[in-house]
Amino acid sequence: MYKSLLNYRKCKEVLINFMTMKLNVLIIGIILMTSGCQKNKKTVEVLQEMTTEVVKKEMNVSNIELEIYDYEGFSTYLDKTDDKVYVINFWATWCAPCVKELPYFEKLNENYKNQNVEVILVSLDFPHVYDKNLKPFIAKKALKSKVIALNDTNENEWISKIDKSWSGAIPATIIYNKNQRKFFERSFTYEELEKEVKQFK
Amino acid sequence: MKKLVKICAVIVLVGLSSAFISFKNMHDHGYKIGDVVKDFSLKNIDGKMVSLADYKDAKGFIVTFTCNTCPFSIAYEDRIIALNKKYASKGYPVIAINPNNPNTKPGDSFDAMQKRAIEKGFTFPYLVDEGQKVYPKFGAKKTPHNYVLQKTKKGLVVEYIGAIDDSSRNPDGVKEKYLEFAVDALLSGNEIKVKKTKAIGCSIKV
Repeated sequence: MYKSLLNYRKCKEVLINFMTMKLNVLIIGIILMTSGCQKNKKTVEVLQEMTTEVVKKEMNVSNIELEIYDYEGFSTYLDKTDDKVYVINFWATWCAPCVKELPYFEKLNENYKNQNVEVILVSLDFPHVYDKNLKPFIAKKALKSKVIALNDTNENEWISKIDKSWSGAIPATIIYNKNQRKFFERSFTYEELEKEVKQFK
Repeated sequence: MKKLVKICAVIVLVGLSSAFISFKNMHDHGYKIGDVVKDFSLKNIDGKMVSLADYKDAKGFIVTFTCNTCPFSIAYEDRIIALNKKYASKGYPVIAINPNNPNTKPGDSFDAMQKRAIEKGFTFPYLVDEGQKVYPKFGAKKTPHNYVLQKTKKGLVVEYIGAIDDSSRNPDGVKEKYLEFAVDALLSGNEIKVKKTKAIGCSIKV
């Protein structure tokens, strides 16, 4: 099983120190530049804000752990035999209908986490945008459900393994427990999602 | 007599169920391998209507349902251009159809399609599925979704459905050129080994 964990937590302290340094140097630079000619307090403030914003964003992203799986590694998420109901949603940051329904999955996870329901969001984003798009997206939306990435080029094999009826279009969702399994190639509203999950109780 | 009634009942039941199954399949999945395709007349980006029947010399077609906005479609644009370059002269031109509803996806409007086709230098028709009537007949579910058609005496027969190759994410990582293998087999009169493949894509915007 191939599984790579991108864990930046260990470097967090070093990163924060580095960024604070960068921020200080920038601000001093700006102040020096502007004080040399006409003093423009507003520009300094705006730039200062912008720099802080950038640093904040970078720090958030560096905190995000993303588990990346090939199909074999990911398949353990599809056949758990404990007492939970698993809601596995296939999505990507570029997929508008997926992004639209994400809040419903988040709400479901929040409302049902004490009732043995777990939502897992499986990103199918291209690997080269994990750091550029996916992690900032997870940070910005403050996603609470578990997000993992599935990166396996052999789509022709694994799409059918997930469900024979799946064409490969996303969004797609599997709801299952140890007794029952349903696959959906469609979008959901919160009410529709809740209704399906309730049938597994 | 009783036996006759029984046989009749079985015949009726079988007839009904097979009628139901074929209706359901047509409704759910569209064309399958071996099905005959009904021709269409769709507007091209130059404003002219295009039908498959216009291509008198074609031996068949590479029909691709694609769009401007889906990252998988964008990832395949250059490969679709290359397919037309390689196979149009051999009798299998590319016909691209945008199945998305532009009201849902403004990036797939007629103007945007014209712009994209000029930018990329499309050498094949890029048609609008106005009213979204053609893609359900094919059973296209996503972009890109590709079909290889072969001209026969009974009409245009579906010979391949699926992906262009096995590496949407990275053109340098392609190991299996499924669609090219299919067209090559048709050109050489051989049986197509892999007639159906699957790939991740963007759902068609209705």
